[in-house]
Parts: sequence; C-alpha cells; structure tokens
Amino acid sequence: MTDSTARTSPATPAPPPPARGRDPLWRMIALARPRGTRFALGVLLGALAAGSGVALLSVAAWLIARAAEHPPITALSVAVVATRALGVSRGVTRYLERLVTHDAAFRTLADVRVRVYERLARTEPVRRFRSGDLVSRLVSDTDATQDLLVRGLTPPLVAVVTGGATVVFCTVLLVPGGLLLGLGLVLAGLAVPLVAAALGRGPGRRQAAARGELSTALVDTLYGAPDLVAYGAMDRAVRRVTDADAELTRIARRDAALLGFGAGATALITGLTVWGTLLLGVAAVEGESLSAISLAVLVLTALAAFEVVAPLPAVAARLGAIRAGGERLFDVLDTPPSIAPPRGAADSDGPDGSGGPGGEPAEGEAGAGADTDTALASGADTGLRVRSLRVRYAPHEPWALDGVDIDVPAGRTVAVVGPSGAGKSTLAAVLLRFRDPDAGTVELGGADITAHPADAVRAVVTGVPQDPHIFASTVRENLRLAAPGADDDRLWAALERARLADEVRAMPQGLSTEVGSHGLRLSGGMRQRLALARALLAAPRVLVLDEPTAHLDPDTRDAVVADLLAAAEGYSTLLITHDMAGLDRVDDIYVVSEGRVVQHGTHEELAAQQDGWYAAALKV
Amino acid sequence: MKPLDPRLVRTARAVRVYLAVTVVSGVAVTGFVLAQAWLLSHVISGAAEGAGAAELSWAITAVAAVAVGRAAVAYAAEAAALRSAAKAKSELRRRLVAHVTGTDAGGADVTDLDGDEPQGSMGSTDARRPRGSSGAEAVWLSGQAGSEEGTSTPRAGELVTLATRGLDALDDYFARYLPQLVLAVLVPVAVLVVVAGADWISAVVIAVTLPLIPIFMALVGWHTQARTQRQWQLLNRLGGHFLDVVEGLPTLAIFRRAKAQAAIIRRITDEHRRTTMSTLRVAFLSAFVLELLSTLAVALVAVEIGIRLMYGMLDFQTALLVLILAPEAYLPLREVGARFHASMEGVAAAEQVFTELERRRASGVGDGDSEALHPAPAQRARSRSLQESTELERRRASGAGAAESEADPQHPQSGARSRSLQESTALERRRASGAGDGDSEAPHPAPVESLSLHQDSESERHKALDERSTAPWIRLDQVTLTYPGRDIPALDRASLVIEPGKSVLLMGPSGSGKSTLLSLLLRFLEPTSGRVLIREPGASGTPDTPDTEDGWIPLDDVPPDRWRRRIAWVPQSPYLFADTVADNIRLGDPDADMDAVRRAAELAEADTFIRALPQGYETPLGERGARLSAGQRQRIAVARAFLRDAPIVLLDEPTAHLDPDNAAAVRVAVRRLLAERTGVVVAHDAHWADAVDEVVAVRSGRVEPGVHS
Repeated sequence: MTDSTARTSPATPAPPPPARGRDPLWRMIALARPRGTRFALGVLLGALAAGSGVALLSVAAWLIARAAEHPPITALSVAVVATRALGVSRGVTRYLERLVTHDAAFRTLADVRVRVYERLARTEPVRRFRSGDLVSRLVSDTDATQDLLVRGLTPPLVAVVTGGATVVFCTVLLVPGGLLLGLGLVLAGLAVPLVAAALGRGPGRRQAAARGELSTALVDTLYGAPDLVAYGAMDRAVRRVTDADAELTRIARRDAALLGFGAGATALITGLTVWGTLLLGVAAVEGESLSAISLAVLVLTALAAFEVVAPLPAVAARLGAIRAGGERLFDVLDTPPSIAPPRGAADSDGPDGSGGPGGEPAEGEAGAGADTDTALASGADTGLRVRSLRVRYAPHEPWALDGVDIDVPAGRTVAVVGPSGAGKSTLAAVLLRFRDPDAGTVELGGADITAHPADAVRAVVTGVPQDPHIFASTVRENLRLAAPGADDDRLWAALERARLADEVRAMPQGLSTEVGSHGLRLSGGMRQRLALARALLAAPRVLVLDEPTAHLDPDTRDAVVADLLAAAEGYSTLLITHDMAGLDRVDDIYVVSEGRVVQHGTHEELAAQQDGWYAAALKV
Repeated sequence: MKPLDPRLVRTARAVRVYLAVTVVSGVAVTGFVLAQAWLLSHVISGAAEGAGAAELSWAITAVAAVAVGRAAVAYAAEAAALRSAAKAKSELRRRLVAHVTGTDAGGADVTDLDGDEPQGSMGSTDARRPRGSSGAEAVWLSGQAGSEEGTSTPRAGELVTLATRGLDALDDYFARYLPQLVLAVLVPVAVLVVVAGADWISAVVIAVTLPLIPIFMALVGWHTQARTQRQWQLLNRLGGHFLDVVEGLPTLAIFRRAKAQAAIIRRITDEHRRTTMSTLRVAFLSAFVLELLSTLAVALVAVEIGIRLMYGMLDFQTALLVLILAPEAYLPLREVGARFHASMEGVAAAEQVFTELERRRASGVGDGDSEALHPAPAQRARSRSLQESTELERRRASGAGAAESEADPQHPQSGARSRSLQESTALERRRASGAGDGDSEAPHPAPVESLSLHQDSESERHKALDERSTAPWIRLDQVTLTYPGRDIPALDRASLVIEPGKSVLLMGPSGSGKSTLLSLLLRFLEPTSGRVLIREPGASGTPDTPDTEDGWIPLDDVPPDRWRRRIAWVPQSPYLFADTVADNIRLGDPDADMDAVRRAAELAEADTFIRALPQGYETPLGERGARLSAGQRQRIAVARAFLRDAPIVLLDEPTAHLDPDNAAAVRVAVRRLLAERTGVVVAHDAHWADAVDEVVAVRSGRVEPGVHS
C-alpha cells in the first residue's frame, strides 16, 4: 500500500530511446505517418475549400471590373461559370475535408491506443495503476492525439498551401503587393498567434497557481463538509474559498489586458495590409504598371486572403496543452519494461522507438496461451518455495522485501499478515510476475518461476489481485476472461463455489446481467466473489489472494473471508491480508513486518506468543 | 439551450456592463465594415476612372484609420469580455459554494437573483436545506452513502469540477460567442440596408438566402440530434471501452488476456470510428449548408451585378460596394455557427449552477409530489427529515420579526435575542443550579492533563460557558427516520436515554441504523417522527419521563450550531484538509495555541508520529491528508476531539479499517477520550464493550437497550 510512493521512472536507468529529445508535438504528428495519404488528401481538400473562398472573390472582382468596361457577354462567360462553380465547390470540399481528416484521425487513434496499451501491458502495470487519476489522464492524453491531428495539423498546412498560392498569384499581378500580402499573412498567421500564445503563458501560470488554491479549498469544503459542520468550521472554510476566488478573479481581470492582444493585432494587420495593398495598387495604376481590373482583383484578393489564417490563433493557443499531453504520453511509451524478458522468449519487445508502424497486431489470443510451457506445467508438485527474496523499487530505497522465506506446501492455505507497508503486496507482485526479484528465488514444484515468461507462470499461479477490476460488461464476459471457452455450466460451478450463484440467479438476466462500469451495480462483497469465481475458472494450481477484504465493511468481510477460504480448499493458497479475520482456519501463518518475516507458526502457536505482534493484533 | 440566458445577465453588474460594451462595440464594428467597403470601392473605382493617388489620398488614409479603429475596438472588446467573464464566474462560483454549504442564509447577495422573492420565503426555504450538504442531501452528511463505496460524496467531485473547469468555459462564451452573436444581428441588417439602397436586386438575393441559413441549420441540427441520441449509448459504450481495458490491465495480465486485448482495442476503436463517422456525416451537413448557402449567395450576387454592370444598369463603384459587402453579411453567421458548440459548454455549466441554486429552493417550497405521497401528519416532519433547520427558520419559528432575519447568523448575540422561551428558561435554570454541575462530574475523577487542557480552552470562551462544559441528558423518544426515496425506515421508533458522563456502545450490523442515530445526534438529520430531547443536568423534576416539567426540551429548539459546540465527532473516515497538521487539529478551535494542540495530540497518541513528520506539526498534509495512513488520520481526528474538549463525544467505527498496530493506538486514545465524557460509540461488534458503560444493540432500525457491561 504505502510502497506506491516509489516511482519507477527516475530509478530505472532507461537506455535513452532514439526519439527521446524530440519535441513531443513532432512525435505525435509522426504517429499519424501510417495514415499520411489520408491526411494529405484532407489537406488537399482543405486547401481547395479555402482556395475556393479566396478565388471566388478574385474572380468576382475580375468579373465586375471587366464588366465595367462593357465588353460583349462572351468575354464574361468563363468568369460567370467559374464564379458559380466556386460558390458550390467551397462548401463541398470543406465538407469532404472534414470527413476525411476525422476518419484519418480516428484511424490513427486506433494505432495509438494499441501502442499505448501494448506498452503498458509490457511495463510493470501494477504500480502505475495505484492511481486511478493517472490512468484516466493517460487515456485522455491518448485520445488527445486525435484532437491534435484534426484541429492542430490540418489548418496550418492548409494555410501554408492556400496562403502561399494566393501570395504567388498576387505577386504575379504586382510584386510589392504580393510581398506585402505575404508579410501580412505571416504576421497574422504565425507571429500573432505565437506571440499571443506566449503572452498567454504568463497569465496561464499565474492563474494556474490561484486556480490550484481555489480547487484545493473547494475540495476541502465540499468533501470535508460533514467534519466542517460538526466542528462549526464551515464558515471559515467558505471564507477560504472566497479568498481564493477573489485572488483568482483579481489575476484574471488584470491579465485580460494581455489576452486581448491577439484579437486587436489580427484586426490591425488585416486592415493595414489591405490599406498597403490599396496604396501600392493605386500608385501602380497611376504609374501604369497595373491595370484597373488587376487593382480590383488585387485588393479584393488581399481582403479575402486573411480568412485562410483565421483558424491559426486557436491552434497556437492549444499547442501548449497538446504538447504537455504528448509529453505524458511518450513518458509511458518510453518506459522500459520492468520484468526482464526471459531468455529468448517470444514476447520480447525490443527497443520500440518511434518506428513500430502500428501494423495489425495479429499476435492475438493464440500467442498468449501457447507458450504455457514445459517445466512449470509438468510438475505434479504445486508447492511454492520462496527463498531469500529481496525486492526494492529503486537502488537507494529501503528493501520492500528483505530476505523472505515462505513455504506454501501443495494444497495448503498459508496466510501472510502484517501491518500495511510491510511488503506484503510486493510479495504478491512477485508471485504474479509483475516484478522481478532483486535477489532470491521463487520455486514452484522445483522450477524457478522468474526464469519463465510471465504468462507461463500465470497459467499456474493466479488469484485475486488487490482491487480486482470488474469490466463494464456482463457477468458472463467477466468470468470468461479467465476461461475464454468455458460453457455456462462451468461458469455456474465457479459461481457456486464462490457463493455467488444464488445472487446471480436472482438477477433479472442471470449471467447476461450487465454489471456496470467497474461493476458498480454489484455490492463490494459481490465484486470480490465475482473476482474469486474468475480466478477459480482459470484453473490454476496456486491461488494468490491479495487483500481480498480491503474495501469491504466489517460484516461482509468475515463472510467473504470464510467463503474464500472454503473455495480455495485443495489449492495451494497464499492469503495476503492485514486483517485478522478467518486466520484460525489457515494452515500456517507468516507475520511480515518491514520486509522481513518476524513470526511464523499456526494460529494457535502465534496466539500463544504473548509478546508477539500477532497476539497483540488479535486483541484489538 | 438559449443563446443568452437571462439569469446569466442578472448574475452580476459586470455582465450588464459587458453587454452594453459589446453592443456598442458591435455597432462600431458594423460602422467600420460599412466604411471600409465604401472606401475601398470608392478608391478602386476612382483609380479605374483615372484618379491619381493624390486625389484619392484622403480615402486611402481613411482606410488606414478604419483599420486602426477596428483593431482598437477588437482589443477593447476582448479585454472587456474577459474581465466580465472573470467577474461573472466568480459571482456564480461564490453563490454556488454558499448555497451548497448553507452559508448563504444571511442573504448576502440575493437581490440580483431573487428580486421577485420576498426575503422571508427565501429564508424559510433555505432553512429546510441541510446545512453543509449538497445533492446527496442528508445522506451525504450522515455518511450513509460512504459506508459502501468509500467514495462518500460523488456529488462533491462534480461540484468542484463545475465550479472550476466547468465555469471556465464561460470565457469563450463571453469573449468569442456573444460578441459574434451581436454582430450576427447587426451586420446583416446594416449590410442589407446599404445594399438595398445601392442595388435592390442584390438585396433580395441576400434577404432570401440569409434566413435560409438558420432554418436549414436548425433542421439539420434537429435531425442530427435525433440520430445522435439513438447512437449515443453505443458511442458511449465504445468510447469507454479503452479506459475500462487500461484500468483492468493488471487483471487482464493475471488471466493472460492482456495481449489478446490489443486486437480487441483495435476492433472496438474501429467500430467506434465507423459509428462516429456515420454520425458526423450527418452532423457536418449543418456546416455544409451554412458554407454552401453563404458562398453560393455571394456568387449569385457577383454574377448578377456583373451582368447588370455590363449592360450599364449599375455603376462600377456600387457594384464593388455590393461585392465587398455581400460576404460580410454572412461572415458573422458563420462565426457564430463555428463557435456555438465550444461556447455552449460554458452556458451549460452556468445553467447547471442555476439549476443547483434553484433546485434546493424548489425542494423546500413545493415538493408537491413527495407531499402528495405522504399522509398529512408526516408532512412537516418529512420535510424536516430531509433537512436541518438553520438559524433563520429558528428565528422565524420563535416569532422573531423580519428585522431579525437581517442579523448575522454567525453572531451568537443576535441569535440569543430570539432564542425560544423554553431555551432561555432552561438557561436560567441551569445557571441557578450551578452547584449541580459539580455533582454530576464528581464520580469521574478527571485525568490531570485532560483537566488542564479543559481549563485552558475554557478561559478563552466567554459565551455559553457553562453550557459548553457540561453534558446534558439525551433522550430519543420514539424516533423514526426514513430516508427520502426509501420505504423502510432507517430508524424505527427508537427510544434511548443517555445519562450525562456515561458512554454507550451502539452495536449492530452495517445498515442497522446506528450511524443514522449518530447523524441525528449531530443534527445532520431530523427525525421523520418522534423527538430528540435534552435535559440539562440539575434541572428540576426527574429524568424518567420526557416532560417539559422535568426539564426536557426538544433538541429542535436549540440552534444546530450551538448544539454542535457541545459535541466532538470522530467519523469513520475523518476528512483531513490540505493544511498543516496543527491546523487540522485546530478544526474546532482555530485559536488554540500550540501547547494545547500538542497536548491534544499527546492524548490522542498522535504526538509521536507527528513529531516524526518532516516539519512536525507544521507539516502540510496535502490534498485530503494524503501523507498519512488511515490510522494516523484517525488519531488526528481524535486529537481534534480532545482539543474541542466537548462534553459529548460521538465515535463512528473508530478502528474499523485499521491494521492492528494502529487500531491499538486508537483504542488507547479513544478510551482516554471517553473518560468522564458522555460518549456514543458505534461499532459492528462487541470489541468496544469493555470501554463503555452500557451496550445497546441496534437491529434493523430498532434499538434494544439493556445489555449492561
């Protein structure tokens, strides 16, 4: 429980992956490379749409200026047709562009999700998952790539293509006019958004601090409401919120002056560019280097051209957030695995750089079970022998387990108890192959499990992890996770054994009942029993039950422990717990404290040792 | 969802000023647009007719002036919008917090929103709301929701998000959406008028296409919504799949299903893409219609004026003016459309705040349906059971006039003026029987350290001195409590008498109603029927019958805050604040000095581990006391109780989730806390029986006293 304070990232000296130093933005864009063609098509369509808008005004200007010379109607017919066509093409291409880019972004999202998931599956999953916030943030960071690709990638490229073409066109008409427009577009499309974003960072930082304080005060006030009311401190808490709010509002109002810059500057540049074009154009007409028709075309084109860069300030404003999300994402993708791939194992993953072109991972289900192999499966002896086991989470941290010896004889139930932070959960992590030991051995039927691939070990050692996850699906699907081919009879047998069958039978749709996100439609005790039934279905030979009663209320706790122990009969079972309920029913007990075994014996023996931890704990 | 919520306009003066500024700047921008178009057409046509730069220089200069003016207005409008947004957010946030915590009873700023409502009714409706509770209502405070999931207040998280990130979306609404909305009204009309003056046929084209845009968008939007709603559930399920799988990764790994899931993730994400794309194909139609109509209209106008110009029916300058203005008529509409969705997040957040502010009020006034379901006698009691009464109601009930409702509820003095008759007589009686107090404490020799602490804090309090230091008799008289929306009462005609200075263990399985009983004593809840009574020690008569003549007064007649000053509460999972250790202990007594804090911690067996923290008592605990273990948190809570030094202590499963070492320490501290105080301990088993004077079994809401230890 408490060992979650240790972080893996600074400790494990990661071999710096080749892509490490690069800007996460570029790396995120690189993720889209497999879908490059689709994105290119999207940019092309977008450029056509934006171009149609500009061209419509240019052609219309030509049409009118030429018409003012009263030519024969045939002289205008091409322009008339072009104008009408442009009137339609803009809407159509814009619509297609949006569809194409969204589709490409979704396809990339699938690639990215699979990559993130595969990486997470290989790196030690358990510790990272202590914090639910971390996980949900990671998921939303993953999904943010889609946003970047749709809103962040296409508009700048479209602006470059269409803006460039417009500038070239204007330069052909009048060189200084074209250059001026180019300058204006660069200023409005690049300089202003970047400066505005930079200006926004200061207020962002200042406001973030104030916002953090406000949020903390709010959390305290609303979550702590009962305590505050009981102790008559609610008024003080609300005053704290009000003060924090006043500070945030003060800063925000002051910063408003800075944040208005973007809107003002864009308007100024647009207006002055049109003005400059007009000035140059009129002079050129006077100097006879420009026709009156071209003047009209030039000025109206310049007027329309700024629409091309209009979406860019919004893009620039979002870049910071997207970059931060990307950094967190690549932090995950760059984390090296925490269990060493066993020699020559099939599931070694290599130094996954930014390469891995999201090809269809055809490895699928077969790969998982097939290597359930040799030594571990063959032995009839299912006794577990832990010898001199040492684990720590970082080179300079204290040992989480410091030379632990534990025996679980075949078919027996052994409990490991001790205060929180004693290293009990680390033991479970080693047994379930979430962690390699730093020293010592774990033997199953004489074979060292750390020499076998994780999945081979988990074919024989399984159990109920701390906080077992119940998936937002049906009871049946949650059970079948452990035994994909199992028929309903087997499922019912497992439920029966976990004492959940009656409850499931009473549900409206039986096995097909949806249990809700995180299984929240079930009670805490039912979730724990479902997890146990699932573990039994996996037909392991060793069961590891890690704190099965952690979140249960006292009454359910005793019943669940009793049922767990009854169901585990016949397996080699290791019960890891900080709770003393049901310990009189296990065969052997180890008391672990600060990473060492401090007491060992049966319930009766330990209870008799008056000065021991166990006897003291029983009394409470 | 309305584009402009009138309640939002009424929120703050800042919003009204802002709206005025926005309209003025909108008018200015419209003027600039028209001026620029006219100037450009004038210069271009002038140049075409051979006018030189010198001749046109005033107009060209004017174009620059228009550019500068427009920029200035754009800047000022944006800055003003952000300033107003900050103010409006602050206003909504404060009102929300005050409302859900029940600290708005003083009516500090109700005039804006409630000008149509008399103050009195405001007070009465508010009064029925549990103080310091939110949507989970009484259930939140009573901790019923918390016992199972460990996440006691899902609503609290929602409210925090709403008050911070949710309201922040208003920035966009104020700074980007509303100004465009104003322009979308002003500019097309102005353009139409000008164009009509110049060339009526173009004006007709624009006038016909403009209204088509909102009509088509509404039609498409309506169709999309129906379609999206059909697919919403599917989308939601597919969208949540990835999170579910990632969260369940350790479990998948254990069952060797982790690798197989990669293919499933791809499949589900692809399915998600297909479903979403089919929705988007329709959803994007609305933007398509907008783009198509606006550009097509410009093209039609251009061709039409071009041809008429050719035949000499129009002059060049007019044609140019129309051509430049035509796109301007559609531009603000397109902008509004593009910003609609982003801005509506802010509006939705504001709407949620208003709903929150109004819902509670409505639940007090109307509650028609719930009343209809219940027989008349239950009505009054029922609305009480939902809610606890505040000082305002108290004043009203005791006949105090409207003038008093202005009084500051935090001020005990003003409250005292309106105290009910019974209570003031009870006070007098208590004062008269000062000697009796000593008697009631005599059988329990107080530990020295506890006594000195007692005296320390006492010297600082001048009000209600005797009341705070003595425990009254407490009596439950046929108390029934039914939670809203449930059929079975949590407490069923429970009767119980607790003697001053004695401790009681309420023992029973979870859900038996024992925690509800604590919530009653804390006055987080009020009984549905029956009464809770108290009797000051030394009152005349005998405590055996619940009569007024015997000194019993209904707890209802004591203001809750005042009553709670006599209570120290140690909840099952105490909440620790993002503050220092010392300030956490000071929760009930913010002015206590360091010595008193340290003594309280010593008594709570917390001093040793606090000293071991990096900065000792000044160590910040982080959000929700994240640094400490459950046992340490529990001991901090016990230290709070010691420092409060109240005559009544209420403890809810003090050692339920602790490991044995911590549980032992907490037990020592709790025994010390119970000594010579009136104590109520709630626990699911008999572990505490030897620490109390009496054991009472609670089963399915029934109280079965009499198991003396």
